[in-house]
Amino acid sequence: MTTATERLDRTFGALADPTRRAILARLRTGEASVTELAEPFEMSLPAVSKHLKVLERAGLIARGRERQWRPARLEAEPLKEVAEWTERYRRFWEESYDRLDGYLEELQDRGKEKDDGQKR
Amino acid sequence: MGRSGSNALKVTTPSDREMVMTRDFDAPRDLVFEAHSSCEHMSHWWGPRRYKFVSCEIDFRPSGAWRIVHGADGEEYAFRGEYREIVRPERIVWTFEFEGMPGHFTVETMTLEEHDGKTTLTSTSVFDSVEERDGMLESGMESGAAESMERLDEYLEVLKESKAG
Repeated sequence: MTTATERLDRTFGALADPTRRAILARLRTGEASVTELAEPFEMSLPAVSKHLKVLERAGLIARGRERQWRPARLEAEPLKEVAEWTERYRRFWEESYDRLDGYLEELQDRGKEKDDGQKR
Repeated sequence: MGRSGSNALKVTTPSDREMVMTRDFDAPRDLVFEAHSSCEHMSHWWGPRRYKFVSCEIDFRPSGAWRIVHGADGEEYAFRGEYREIVRPERIVWTFEFEGMPGHFTVETMTLEEHDGKTTLTSTSVFDSVEERDGMLESGMESGAAESMERLDEYLEVLKESKAG
């Protein structure tokens, strides 16, 4: 059993690499073989295979069973988890900044009152 | 409080792990910076409105730690992190970690720019995991060893592929 945290960890780890992100972007258009995926990169097939393994471990892709031609395809679930986490984070700060806005206004009003008091 | 409409938060995501938030405040930047520097200030605005601070510790200096616990209806949530860089009154680099998800943290670089009495706050957040951070801190020797293992790994792949083909 892997926890949500461990899964998220692996997803973030897998997404850390620009090549792997490019591979995922390519797979958004449909499944592809290792050879097809290697084409746009100046990279050996084994190197691409390694990236695919990382993506597979993170559950971001699934691969066909066929020995020779193991097409890779995108799996959406882990990306959804990342999206949910970042969305929660965004909401946290959005509300905080709205509150900060009000608080700064309060602080400035308080400052003005003080100034007015001194003038009198 | 009614001014948040025109100063709404803008969010962009330059990559899957990066989020840039920009927001204007009708206040000088000294004050916006100040509002980030102590528990007294933070308790007035940090976190969703319905949560009240249960405890707060802020050691506002480079390498200093912070920890805030807030809660509502008997539920409590703890957050922690450390300050990596503090340049008064324009920049704070700090980490943000939710203790409910240990090991995940976000590195936030907050910058403040003032123009005509208004302040633009830009916060760039990079989502990361402890695993990766520690990986990055590996000594040169360790990464050399890791590289060797990688090359061995690649070579084994080549052997496998040539057999399979």
